[in-house]
Amino acid sequence: MKQTIEAKTVGDSNPDAPAGKRIKLSWVGKLGLFIVIFWMVIALIGPYIAPYHEAELIADDSYLPASSQFLIGSDYLGRDILSRILWGTRTTIGISLAATLLAYFTGITLGIAAAARGGWTDMGLSRVNDVFLALPNIMLALIVIAAFGSSIPILIATAGLVYSCGVFRVARALAQEISVESYVTAAKARGEGSWWIITREILPNIMMPLATDFGFRLVFIILFISSLSFLGLGVQPPTADWGSMVRENMQGLSYGSWAAVWPAIAIATLTISLNLVVDDISAQSGGELAKKMI
Amino acid sequence: MGSMIARRIAIGLLTLWVVSVVVFIGTEILPGDVAQIILGQSATPENLAALRAELRLDEPAFVRYFDWLGGMLVGDLGVSKAGGATIASLIQNRLSNTLMMAGIVTLISVPLSVLIGLLAAMHPGTRLDRIVSFGTLSVISVPEFFVATFLVLILAVQLKWLPSIAYLSGTENAWDLIRALALPVFTLAIVISGQMIRMTRASLLNVLATPYIEMAILKGVPRKRIVLRHALRNAIGPIINVIVLNLAYLVSGVVIVETIFAYPGLAKLMIDGVQTRDLALVQACAMIFCTTYVALILLADIAALLFNPRLRHPS
Amino acid sequence: MTAVLHIHNLEIEAPQTDRRPLRIVKDVSLKIQKGEVVALIGESGSGKTTIALSALAYCKPGLRFSGGEVLLNGRNLLRMAAQEIRGIRGRRVAYLAQSAAATFNPALTIGEQVTESAVIHGVLSPAEAEKRAEELFYALELPDPERLGRRYPHQVSGGQLQRLMAAMALCAKPDLMILDEPTTALDVTTQIEVLKAFKKVIREEGAAAVYVTHDLAVVAQIADQVTVLYNGEVQEHGPVAQIIDNPAHEYTRRLMEAARPSSMTGKSKGLHANPDPDPVIEVKNVSAAYGHGLVGPGKPKNKVLHHVSLKVQRAHVVGVVGESGCGKSTLVNVIAGLLPAVSGDILLDGQRLAPFLKQRCLSELRRVQIVFQMADTALNPRQRIKQILGRPLTFYLGLHGVQKQNRIAALLDMVELPRAFSDRFPPELSGGQKQRINLARALAADPDVLLCDEVISSLDAIVGANVIQLLKALRRKTGVSFVFISHDLSTVADFSDEIVVLYAGHVVEQGPVHRVLSPPFHPYTRLLVSSIPELRVGWLDKILQNQDMTSGIGLTVETTAQGCAFFRRCPLAVDGTCSRGEVPIQTYPDGHLIACHHSL
Repeated sequence: MKQTIEAKTVGDSNPDAPAGKRIKLSWVGKLGLFIVIFWMVIALIGPYIAPYHEAELIADDSYLPASSQFLIGSDYLGRDILSRILWGTRTTIGISLAATLLAYFTGITLGIAAAARGGWTDMGLSRVNDVFLALPNIMLALIVIAAFGSSIPILIATAGLVYSCGVFRVARALAQEISVESYVTAAKARGEGSWWIITREILPNIMMPLATDFGFRLVFIILFISSLSFLGLGVQPPTADWGSMVRENMQGLSYGSWAAVWPAIAIATLTISLNLVVDDISAQSGGELAKKMI
Repeated sequence: MGSMIARRIAIGLLTLWVVSVVVFIGTEILPGDVAQIILGQSATPENLAALRAELRLDEPAFVRYFDWLGGMLVGDLGVSKAGGATIASLIQNRLSNTLMMAGIVTLISVPLSVLIGLLAAMHPGTRLDRIVSFGTLSVISVPEFFVATFLVLILAVQLKWLPSIAYLSGTENAWDLIRALALPVFTLAIVISGQMIRMTRASLLNVLATPYIEMAILKGVPRKRIVLRHALRNAIGPIINVIVLNLAYLVSGVVIVETIFAYPGLAKLMIDGVQTRDLALVQACAMIFCTTYVALILLADIAALLFNPRLRHPS
Repeated sequence: MTAVLHIHNLEIEAPQTDRRPLRIVKDVSLKIQKGEVVALIGESGSGKTTIALSALAYCKPGLRFSGGEVLLNGRNLLRMAAQEIRGIRGRRVAYLAQSAAATFNPALTIGEQVTESAVIHGVLSPAEAEKRAEELFYALELPDPERLGRRYPHQVSGGQLQRLMAAMALCAKPDLMILDEPTTALDVTTQIEVLKAFKKVIREEGAAAVYVTHDLAVVAQIADQVTVLYNGEVQEHGPVAQIIDNPAHEYTRRLMEAARPSSMTGKSKGLHANPDPDPVIEVKNVSAAYGHGLVGPGKPKNKVLHHVSLKVQRAHVVGVVGESGCGKSTLVNVIAGLLPAVSGDILLDGQRLAPFLKQRCLSELRRVQIVFQMADTALNPRQRIKQILGRPLTFYLGLHGVQKQNRIAALLDMVELPRAFSDRFPPELSGGQKQRINLARALAADPDVLLCDEVISSLDAIVGANVIQLLKALRRKTGVSFVFISHDLSTVADFSDEIVVLYAGHVVEQGPVHRVLSPPFHPYTRLLVSSIPELRVGWLDKILQNQDMTSGIGLTVETTAQGCAFFRRCPLAVDGTCSRGEVPIQTYPDGHLIACHHSL
């Protein structure tokens, strides 16, 4: 093993430097966070503040424009769009969050196990993972849903399992990076068991990058579920769901109705904001050295 | 080097084989009696028995599997239950449509994306860079149907420049063809460019933070040369990776765009197959998608190997 | 005669987000004449690299110039336009970084990178530049100068890359060279060759040079003037002889002391009066390897240790010394059980230790503790100090509650750190402090033996010297035995009772310190002893006149299948005798052993 003394950068060994673990957001990140929190709140209280029930048929006519009765118009069946969006927040966010948590739980467990055990466990799990990664997401979902129907638990399970493959790779890569650090070797030399090493030495040090990955993953899953709903394979009517709403009201576009646009905008604001926050947190130094090019 | 490439190919083939097993099992587990589903409610017991015999449903699964696999390898993909046309002919038609779309989108997006990503990385922190960052972030954050809906709303409905359905009757002249394809191409180009621009920029910025780039700056190497000569060849790996992933997406993942614009492509074919329980069709389509994906990934891997000077010139 | 470089009252600061800017360089002034070599000495954090980089009008990201002037041939760099600055970099002022591996772009050929500056700035045409590069390769004694340009950086060794950096800097014929710790990362023997090359080429080209380093002995060989820096300020400045022999400033004096360990004279430690016959650790004929197929009759992939034997007595220190790659870290790993030996035994108090860590019992694990090299990565950044120290107490000794708290406090006292540190996290500590915690953690288990793997290699001179003092005190107080690994012979000699010299996994000499460090020497030991740059002006020139030396530059450490491993580099090597047959072990009084075919 080569012994090298690393080139020290300026400001390196400063004994008085504070631990500095606080995250600072720029104004863009703060705006994003505000919007995300806004939608999370709506997810909780949506049904209570909506003027109408999500399945309530108010008018006989479809695609009515905005009025005092329908704050942003009615959809193709005569239901209030605003109410359906408010009700649908809970569905969309709820399913996506549940699926993301499932993906994370599965992915992290298997990923860290693969990295920590190495050998055949690692080989086997990685190969299986690669196979599932090779199958296009939507196709997998199609097959499963065609077989078992599209109830909410099926949707959560499908999305969760499909995206756990990506989490597996990330968790495994991170865990591998950490497991070569000296303090892990020190723990091994002490005689610590695998469980201790995984939970006390490795896990706390990969939480931060995993948290930002969680944000990305959540966005993907929201888009995935919305896309499935858009294809008619997701949440079934009359339950309000943003993706389904876009699908249902597509015809209205040619009549100039914005019924399909509002739920699409709702999706966009949520996902863009999430990405803004995640981007802000993870992009600490964007090209500091590159700025020195002349 | 040669052995590394051979190993990659072997793993690729192995993956494909496992995929074929998964696809086969996946379609087999669709619940319900297959014959019943195909013939519907009005089937008589004799018809059902006859169909079962024809489909050889009584034989054990793995015999049917090897039969199917063997057929695949020689190009006999079976017969679609819808109209009895051979699956191979159905797929051929759609496949060429999909490939045409994929080709056009690739030709437009890839050079443009790499160029924009390069420019953004060359001038980090400037207004251009920030606009590019925000723009691409928005694009990758929204579902494809959002982009499609948005474009349809503006270009087809409000401005009425383009038709909102990509109707291909096979008899158009060039101009009509362009008009018909414009919206789906535009949509797909925007969707995949978002990812490719971001990856190009990120990969370059990553390389532009290394000590050897700092050394180039200290040698007085000008900006353009640093990025194009010093940085690019080290950044190319992840860039090729994301291009390949997007190519795979263009073949197998564009079901939403095909649905919105009623474009007769492969993905739509598979969805229809799933909904009509046309098992043979679904299996064939799934295998094509997976093969494309695995093959493209393999190409990307091999390209990365070839580009790596450590492997090309061993010490 | 105008100075090539004249720095006036330079100020550099680091802007902070929520505080006033931090001053990094404070009112520094410096002058370099044509043909002069000025050394900038200081420990890490002293600002020496930052000051040196200002000669290129460059600040690392996060810093900015906030005052003063930097005059290059009379013109102020800090006021120049960007394009003009770019024109100067690489052309009038050239930079050699510390790490050659990080300097070269892995995707471009060596030739292209070496000639780049000259060609871009229009100094030479591409053909002329190629020719000049070849001449420089030849002058720097690099192998195969004609074809070297077509190779890639990964195909060349570390020492060669270092000299290629010099070629790269000199190709455009600059007025001033900035050498930033260019030999710090090299082995002591490689260092000599590289220094020799630099000195020669600087003289021939007549360039001025700024030599940044923390190694005083190196400075003594190469500099004309010395500037001592601490915390961004100049402490002292003067001709090299005066600084070394007669330092005026307090800080300079402390630096000199840390660089001159006392016992290269090999004074006896006085502990041999009554050696306890039972060694606490005995390594018997141990061989170890990396790679697959370790056990069984098949040959292991990469044999790293060959039949190593040593004994560690109670309260003794056994130092293991050798170049990088010689297997000293592997030895530590084998003793600790992290890597099972292929053959041979490790005995703890006479009892055989299982080769695998997992097979050893708790008390066996407790009694042998490792202290790691890189303090930065040896402590989990997410655990507080009290958790780090508390874990072995609970794990090995079953301590809890108040008893545990008291013991933690006692441990902190033992390593001379304030008790308040127990609530801190490792990133809040400095390098030296982290290493002390490392020690405290090992001591928490109440071990019999501490395995110290290059524990001060990543620390500054003064900090490292303090840690060695601490080790000596700990040894007196606790009676723990040490196995002390290092590549630095002078430190090892200072701290150890016995020395084991390893070359390519073979023991070439071992015995009490004063025996090993005085004649007769194994040829490799002699090479090591004479390679240590002495704090004496003119030592390098004297060494180079002495024909005894062959360093290992350009040669990898090849293990010959039979015969002496040192055969390729040995000045006394005799083909036929040394390259064949088992190496005989010659014994001398006091347990001194030398493995050599010649009788010395």
